[in-house]
Amino acid sequence: MIEVSGLTKYYGSSRAIYDLDFTIESGQIVGFLGLNGAGKSTALKILAGFLLPTSGSVKLEGIDLLARPEQLRSRIGFLPEQPALYGEMTVRGFLAYLARLRRYPAASVSKRVELVAERTGLSEVLDDLISTLSLGYRRRAGIAQAIVHDPALVILDEPISGLDPVQIVEMRRLIRDLGGEHTILISSHILTEVEETCDSLVVLRNGELVAQGSEEDLLGRFNSALSLRATIRGDLSRVHETLTALDVVTDVRSEELPGEDALFTITLERDEPEVVSEALVKAGLGLRRLEAAHNQLEELFLEVTTGTGGEL
Amino acid sequence: MSTILLLARRELGAHFKNLIGYVVIAALLLLDGLMFHAYALGDGKNLSSEVLREFFYYSSGMTGAAGILLSMRLLAEETREGTVVLLYTAPVSDWQIVLGKWLSAFLFVCLFVTLSLYLPMMIVVHGSVHPGHLAAGYLGLFLVAAATTAIGTFCSSLTSHQLVAGVLGAVLFLVLVTMWFTARIASPPLDDVLAYGAFFDKHFQPFTKGAIHTRALVYYGSVTFLALLGTRVVLGKRRWR
Repeated sequence: MIEVSGLTKYYGSSRAIYDLDFTIESGQIVGFLGLNGAGKSTALKILAGFLLPTSGSVKLEGIDLLARPEQLRSRIGFLPEQPALYGEMTVRGFLAYLARLRRYPAASVSKRVELVAERTGLSEVLDDLISTLSLGYRRRAGIAQAIVHDPALVILDEPISGLDPVQIVEMRRLIRDLGGEHTILISSHILTEVEETCDSLVVLRNGELVAQGSEEDLLGRFNSALSLRATIRGDLSRVHETLTALDVVTDVRSEELPGEDALFTITLERDEPEVVSEALVKAGLGLRRLEAAHNQLEELFLEVTTGTGGEL
Repeated sequence: MSTILLLARRELGAHFKNLIGYVVIAALLLLDGLMFHAYALGDGKNLSSEVLREFFYYSSGMTGAAGILLSMRLLAEETREGTVVLLYTAPVSDWQIVLGKWLSAFLFVCLFVTLSLYLPMMIVVHGSVHPGHLAAGYLGLFLVAAATTAIGTFCSSLTSHQLVAGVLGAVLFLVLVTMWFTARIASPPLDDVLAYGAFFDKHFQPFTKGAIHTRALVYYGSVTFLALLGTRVVLGKRRWR
């Protein structure tokens, strides 16, 4: 378990983070969200154990960062946004070196390196020089170094940055596999990535915590209307009549598409899109497509991080 | 201690895989040999001890240059490449990082110093050399290596550009070397302070003659310690900044 209490950091007179309080249960995958300058990097650097807070405390499994920084660091793995790798070393040598440096039992290092290489898909390049690896393999090597000493907490800063779609899917699978075994903190600007991989979210704005919880929790608390986009074939006025008769619908807008179809943007009071689809089908209207008008997490992110949605 | 050795071993491996290290050692060995031929064997010196003294005198300069050049990348490169984060997030203290880095450069320069042994061996074959003279001279060279690699390590911690670190190290080294000259033109009591600070003048001369002075051991030990302490302070400030 990670317990963060009153965490504050000033760079000179400039405030980076202020009075952060949150707890993360073991084995969770948590997304760290916020606009640039929100304080994500500062918070992650403090959690990774190489930046001193101005005040407040961080405890991992009861180990206090300030009281026992070296012991805490041996329980943390960190993947920076630009993977930090020694190009002149082989993957095997690099992982073994870091495992020993982070106090993994020396007798078990070789086995651990093999195991981690297998989990991260590095087995076939284990004896290659890191400088010869592709970006995808370098990312994997970055993740492998972060978990090679079997840490309790793994911090991944923008882990899919620069990867191609196939590599993104593989990386997502790898991160999900690591959850449960390690507590994972992911900082990412790619919201779909956070949506796909994280169990819960921590959202920062101007250095302050503005939301924490699962995506469902936050959307439930989020005081924002849900918009649907529907492609419907049929009489426009009948569609309007059918939709506006529903309690859950607060607004309906339409635009005609080439052919016989029309595109409707439907604003709901509650997250009940099934009521809309049922009504349209019962009315015998040709519902051809129904989807969320916007990514809900994106809406949540924008409103929370820019302050337009109020505090959660 | 095992952490320091682990850090030093990795760094030493990096030295051996870096072309610059070989080029520096080869170039300095070549210069050492040329100096030996032109000056130590020249000027009509007849006594083996005189030739050996001259060899140690010129070799000390080469060793100092090797110390600065081979340590300038230690921390600067880690900072530039971003790999320093691996050290800062590892359960190692700043002292362990500093000592591990310095030890690797020191051992690599010791390799250069040891490779230069073929030159005095030529004197041994063709003349008569007291083993004590040879041992004292080499002890002096190892101490110069320790101090200059510490200075280089310190300068390497100040910047992310190894060339800038090299220039800073060279300037600092030159200031220490030329203190004997500034001591001569300074007034008391500053002249005594400057004379004590001079890197080679009074401290290295005894080694060239086969003598070991406690004062010299303390001097080179102090320069090494202070430079490493400075590196530790810089790292400490950067880690928590």
